[in-house]
Amino acid sequence: MREWAEFSIAEGEGGARGVVLSGPLVVASIGRLDAQLRGIEGPFTHIDLSGVGEVDTVGAWTVWRFARDSGADIVGASDKARRLIAAVHRSELEEESTAGAAALSPEGMAALTGKFVIAYGQGVKHFLAFLGELIVALATLVRHPSRMRWTSVVRQFDLVGIRALPIIGLMSFLVGIVIAQQGAVQLEQFGAEIYTINLTGRLSFRELGVLMTAIMVAGRSGSSFAAQIGTMKLTEEIDAMRTIGVSPMEALVVPRVLASTFMLMVLGFYAAILSIIGGAFISMYSLEIPFWTFLSRIQEVVPNHDMWVGLIKGPVFGLIIALAGCYQGMRVEGNSEAVGIRTTVAVVQAIFAVIVLDAFFAVFFTEVGWG
Amino acid sequence: MSLEHFTGDFPIVVEGLKTAFGDHVIHEGLDLSVRRGEILGVVGGSGTGKSVLMRAIIGLQPAADGRIEVLGEEIAGDHADDDIDIRARWGVLFQGGALFSTLTVAENIEVPLKEFYPEISPTLRREIARYKVMLSGLPDDAADKYPSELSGGMKKRAGLARALAMDPELLFLDEPTAGLDPIGAAAFDQLTRELQDTLGHTVFLITHDLDTLHEICDRVAVIADKRVIAVGTIPELLALDHPWIQQYFNGPRGRAAQDAQARVRAGTKAMDKPGGRGA
Repeated sequence: MREWAEFSIAEGEGGARGVVLSGPLVVASIGRLDAQLRGIEGPFTHIDLSGVGEVDTVGAWTVWRFARDSGADIVGASDKARRLIAAVHRSELEEESTAGAAALSPEGMAALTGKFVIAYGQGVKHFLAFLGELIVALATLVRHPSRMRWTSVVRQFDLVGIRALPIIGLMSFLVGIVIAQQGAVQLEQFGAEIYTINLTGRLSFRELGVLMTAIMVAGRSGSSFAAQIGTMKLTEEIDAMRTIGVSPMEALVVPRVLASTFMLMVLGFYAAILSIIGGAFISMYSLEIPFWTFLSRIQEVVPNHDMWVGLIKGPVFGLIIALAGCYQGMRVEGNSEAVGIRTTVAVVQAIFAVIVLDAFFAVFFTEVGWG
Repeated sequence: MSLEHFTGDFPIVVEGLKTAFGDHVIHEGLDLSVRRGEILGVVGGSGTGKSVLMRAIIGLQPAADGRIEVLGEEIAGDHADDDIDIRARWGVLFQGGALFSTLTVAENIEVPLKEFYPEISPTLRREIARYKVMLSGLPDDAADKYPSELSGGMKKRAGLARALAMDPELLFLDEPTAGLDPIGAAAFDQLTRELQDTLGHTVFLITHDLDTLHEICDRVAVIADKRVIAVGTIPELLALDHPWIQQYFNGPRGRAAQDAQARVRAGTKAMDKPGGRGA
């Protein structure tokens, strides 16, 4: 059982009123005593320590604080207790600074809003600066192609593209199954189930292939860009690069931007194909359309420009994902929590921007006659 | 939870310790006893397993063989969570400080208090954190700073403050003065010594710093050939004829540290005798 430090109040002659402490005065036993001492009303003339056992600095601090606040003298302290009290006393604090969260007063709210607006403005400025740096880096690389880090580029192509093939393939296949199956159920009501092929083919090429791929790449690679660059920022690797004369833009950002931009185009196309295969697969069973008939019908009903719509959107989405990931990574400062926050922001921003842009593209391509 | 302080003579006893990473044996048949209330310096070449020994003693590195007893209780490395009582009674300063980067210095110090003694009121906890900050020689305003805002030396002090949070009976310091400037290192040595004098804990100190060894260590343990080859005061070690020890303490740096120590001794003596120099 735990033994707690105790106290009793001793009334002496001549108005002397003391507190007698007993038991061990150590961190493990002090919790209750401290709360009780804070609760009782002074003044006291003395604190009697002759009955206490072990003492540590927490006990010493409690005694000393109580003596300070109630104006009592400390009596009966052992050598060790006296030494410890002297040690904590030496480090006497000035008035406890009330460092805490600012209360939510109207002024506080206004200040918070102001801070938020300023931070937002600075964010825009930083992003423009980042874009500028990236463009300069790209221009330099165009003028001096020998400075291009091909190893790094190829590695990113592998990480962003090749290794994503299985998961994106499976995802697209399943999406294709869902579109074809659900589409067939609805179209059947009009006896138009043959249009399931148009639905699956056009939707896969124009929208779902590239959009789902973008979301997957944002989650897979955008987050890893932000986390990796952010960690390198924390461990001062980025600073080390700069001092050696290696531009982090050229070494880290450009390969990732290139990989993401190019690979999203390819992956988007691949996803569309897999999605159509998924649709053809399910149609064999639910619509009894033979697999190869479904595929050859796709060639007839999907106009060429649908493929171009997908191929144009892919690189744009890829660019946005890479920019968001790398930019947020470069903005990491301070501690490990910042890496987590920036990574989340990178993924959320990337997916949000991709969906907003997709809406613009949808309207735009219809207006230019690629509907 | 034990409130009684350890009263035996040897708070740390290691017998026949063997540690290994796969086939790579780090220690074999290592024996070491640390006396209560001493500052024991642990030295050894790079890669001789000084830090591994510390990790084995605090239960982070399972031992392949042998026995480790800390504060009278056996340490079982493979069930580290069982030693929870003991954990409340030691403090560890890791090489890099290992402060929690998302917490302020004061919050870092409060973590072990909150963990072990939740009944302590937030006010007292905060006061404890603040006087520990002071005890470890940090300025008052450091309490509310985050580790990333501190210099290397301040991080070490903050790490020490957290190690001292529970008023431990045992303090493990892993290269506390590495990476500090000579003034900062000397100040840290002084602090270690003063705190030990005041609080009376036992210190297990891994170091490469010859000045630290001369300045504050009561005894020095030398690790070589996978075991502790000698323990003793520096003069005792120098009397041994081991080539590594001779090279270590009598190399150019070792000499310099000894000379410095001799000068300090001479200086103190001169001051002890008033007017000694004039007479």
